[in-house]
Amino acid sequence: MSSELNADSTGFKRELLATLPSLRAFAVSLSGKHDKADDLVQDTMMKAWAKQTSFEMGTNIKAWLFTILRNEFYSQMRKRGREIQDSDGAFTERLSVHPSQYGVMDLADFKKALDALPDDQREAVILIGASGFSYEEAAEICDCAVGTMKSRVSRARTRLADLLKVSGEADYGPDAVSTQVTTQQHLT
Amino acid sequence: MKDKPTMNELSSLRPRRPEDGLGPNSDIGVKLRALYGAVQDEGIPSHLLDLLEKLDESEARARGASEGHSAKGQK
Repeated sequence: MSSELNADSTGFKRELLATLPSLRAFAVSLSGKHDKADDLVQDTMMKAWAKQTSFEMGTNIKAWLFTILRNEFYSQMRKRGREIQDSDGAFTERLSVHPSQYGVMDLADFKKALDALPDDQREAVILIGASGFSYEEAAEICDCAVGTMKSRVSRARTRLADLLKVSGEADYGPDAVSTQVTTQQHLT
Repeated sequence: MKDKPTMNELSSLRPRRPEDGLGPNSDIGVKLRALYGAVQDEGIPSHLLDLLEKLDESEARARGASEGHSAKGQK
């Protein structure tokens, strides 16, 4: 009996630990800042630990933890009022040490576009596109209908594509000019 | 010629969330995961790992105490 209880608790701890990196990445995307995100993860861990008897092992602990974190974030925001979101300045520096197929500025631009989305669209596109949840799970985490989740993701995608296209066109600007110059030289 | 789909057409019909546009071939999807992955790969700050250990220890202590209690009660 006691060893069974022990195994349950170890299982819970292990699953919580395994979910922490993704949970923390979601917290960063919600709060926009690493220090706030870590506070949020800490509060979530304590809440989850206290509520662990209400969690059934074998069910989706990741979705359960994301739900707790999200609720905690919005309830703190309601209490404190909307703070001015200043962007996570340290983040670009952090990115610069992360090996990626993208340039640092490329991802920094993408983050800016992501930050420009309304909260509900940003969290939707992250839960589906990055956290790996199904529409059904994401809808449950955000306490909305599946159809609502789908339309938020779709609107977020359209908006992101627009924002990225604009910055992409700016990148190609000099090329377009030099092409024109080359052509003119050939003509004369 | 039109009756059999080509390999390309077949692979584009593959089910993985066909309509969300965030799959492996989508620029937005790949960038979302690169950004998210960058945070995931940072590792968990040690104070959060310490907290998990503390929660676990204090529960083990509480469990030990209540087990001693119920064992007495049963006998």
